[in-house]
Amino acid sequence: MGTEASPKWEFPYALYGGRHTVSLLSMDGIGPEMTSYVQEVFEAAKVPIEFEEVALNKNFNSDVDFERALLSIRRNGIALKGSLESEYASPFYSKSRNAVMRVELDLFVNLFHCKTYPGVPAKHDLDIVVIRQNTEGEYAMIEHETVPGVVECIKVITKEASEKLGRFAFEFAVNNNRKKVTCVHKANIQKQTDGLFMDTMKSLSKDYPSIAYHDMIVDNTCMQLVSNPGQFDVMVTPNLYGLCVQNVVSGLAGGPGLYSGKNFGDKYAVFEPGTRNTGTQLRPNVGNPIAMLNASIDMLRHLRLHSYAQVIDDAIRRTLCVDKIHTQDLGGTASSMDVVQNIILNIRRSS
Amino acid sequence: MAAIGRPLAGALGRLTTQCIVQRSLHNASAAPFSTHGLPASKPEQRLTATLIPGDGVGPELCHVVMDVFKAAGIPVDFEQLYISEIDPHRSEPLETVVESIKRNGICLKGILASPEYNADGEAKTLNMKLRDELDLYANVVHVKSLPGLKCNHVRHKNVDMIVIREQTEGEYSALEHESVKGVVECLKITTREKCNRIAKFAFDYALKHGRKKVTAVHKANIMKLGDGLFLKSCADVAAMYPDIEFNNMIIDNCAMQLVSNPHQFDVMVLPNLYGNIVDNLAAGLVGGAGVVAGSSYSSHCVVFEQGARHTFAEGMGKNVANPTAMLLCSANMLKHAGLDQYSAIIKGAVDKVIKAGKVKTRDIGGYSKTSEFERAIIENLHSG
Repeated sequence: MGTEASPKWEFPYALYGGRHTVSLLSMDGIGPEMTSYVQEVFEAAKVPIEFEEVALNKNFNSDVDFERALLSIRRNGIALKGSLESEYASPFYSKSRNAVMRVELDLFVNLFHCKTYPGVPAKHDLDIVVIRQNTEGEYAMIEHETVPGVVECIKVITKEASEKLGRFAFEFAVNNNRKKVTCVHKANIQKQTDGLFMDTMKSLSKDYPSIAYHDMIVDNTCMQLVSNPGQFDVMVTPNLYGLCVQNVVSGLAGGPGLYSGKNFGDKYAVFEPGTRNTGTQLRPNVGNPIAMLNASIDMLRHLRLHSYAQVIDDAIRRTLCVDKIHTQDLGGTASSMDVVQNIILNIRRSS
Repeated sequence: MAAIGRPLAGALGRLTTQCIVQRSLHNASAAPFSTHGLPASKPEQRLTATLIPGDGVGPELCHVVMDVFKAAGIPVDFEQLYISEIDPHRSEPLETVVESIKRNGICLKGILASPEYNADGEAKTLNMKLRDELDLYANVVHVKSLPGLKCNHVRHKNVDMIVIREQTEGEYSALEHESVKGVVECLKITTREKCNRIAKFAFDYALKHGRKKVTAVHKANIMKLGDGLFLKSCADVAAMYPDIEFNNMIIDNCAMQLVSNPHQFDVMVLPNLYGNIVDNLAAGLVGGAGVVAGSSYSSHCVVFEQGARHTFAEGMGKNVANPTAMLLCSANMLKHAGLDQYSAIIKGAVDKVIKAGKVKTRDIGGYSKTSEFERAIIENLHSG
């Protein structure tokens, strides 16, 4: 009979009679507020999705709670999540739970697509995709104090993971009609680790002759991004540089309140706001709900519920670009609820 | 009649948006980008469901549902397709029915009779073909005592359990042969993939509906490999659901426990044949085939039909059948389609009529006709 103890899921989605169940991890800060808006919008659009709400935040943060959250994602295959506060001096745990989650579920890709909305204030008009390695590099979480006063952090780059990421990035470029892939690295200093990453990308690029391939050092990339971002199309990066690049791009294109990020592995997919801020400092009804709503649209597209995704996407575009209802982070005066109410109104109007 | 329509006007206005969206879902299952296949002239806000009238009293019961829907102003159009194994010449082709259910995503179905002898010598019954074509692998029967139902053969109160049955493999493989004269073999097929699938369905169902316990029913002490595989799959899957208690029970003991102490059961998950028997046994506990609703799930569609599958052919045309089960099926269908308010209206009316106990069909100890029951339901639609 075989003895594979942990069942391997042949069918990752909990999909019965046309209705999906997905895990909902609201986490900390404005997360619970934002996910509640998603639920309101889904209800208005009659999206056939049920949320399994998972209690995980800085109060529910024991190993047991964390294991249950992981189990929930493993059962449903799909999750929508806010961000868990990674406290520097957490009494519970020495590693960031967000990072551990990515490693445990082997979510090796983080994809951040930033396309500015016409009519929304931004420093530049952009259409950039940042594809970031999500499980290794500086986030390998191996740190130790060799002798008192000397601490080492080990940055791990493997050929296998880099290849998987590169393959994903080039396939993405081909399938989405992109023209150019830029590898971001610091191989002039970290000749072996980043060198391996860059070499892998370079050799992969030979399989995709229709896609132009460049590489660029991370410090120069940041300067180029703020001065001439139009030159970038798809960017593929190791873990930490990806994080920085994503935040720079997001800042140029209107801030953390707008864009969403996707995490993919071989089995699971997790959707979240692009720049993973908890927004703990924000008062209720002030934060911008668009990022989390965009994450929910990504999720709908992943589940091939395209018609629902389109309805909600159109309603958001109308709210931002035509009705011009903007929250404070975009220079407007509207509250979170004003934005959500207007989106719901647009959904009702369209159907 | 006029008074019935009015209180709903507000609700209708609110509901105009949802049906079109719901419909496009079911297209998404077959071809994610297309909206063709929808009749273009339909008003957008209406929902379409396939209707299979079935054999025996099925057509009469479906008519009750249609009359009640009309009286309640429920925005559902039925795409009625006749199919039967007893009367194959009048039947629509199976492909037409399958296509319709795939397109609509939901179907209300009367019971199809499976005669012992098939005209063209095929081993698979029509029910089995339909299940296989649509991959309706999970059958769910919610066995729940109807509050206020009093009749002699209902001995237990407050029974509330869910029987989940795998219905695409096991003893229903239709693989039988006579190896030598006088020796017949039937193959019972058990696969890990399908066992995992039904077990996960059961646990997900339990989680979603706030249930506490799942019981796997089997005969692994005798069929160590086949039922053993089923039991192991259930145990493997249970490990993923730490909040739900898991136990197992041998089918013979389970049958005894069901009639002596049915309250110990919450969600039960069973292979095909045991499921079939337990469905009927459990339905008998709360009033019989006329009052228990069931449904069959695939990934993309749901067929709503009575929980215990009896055509009641001897009652055909006599106006005596009990429409309760079929009405509850229709309420479940509305709920699944997101028309919760309408679902509640139907369910409320059924509960009220049963609780009042004045209009009872013969199977639950009364003398009322089907048509009288229907009238009572319609009168109670908006009296809440």
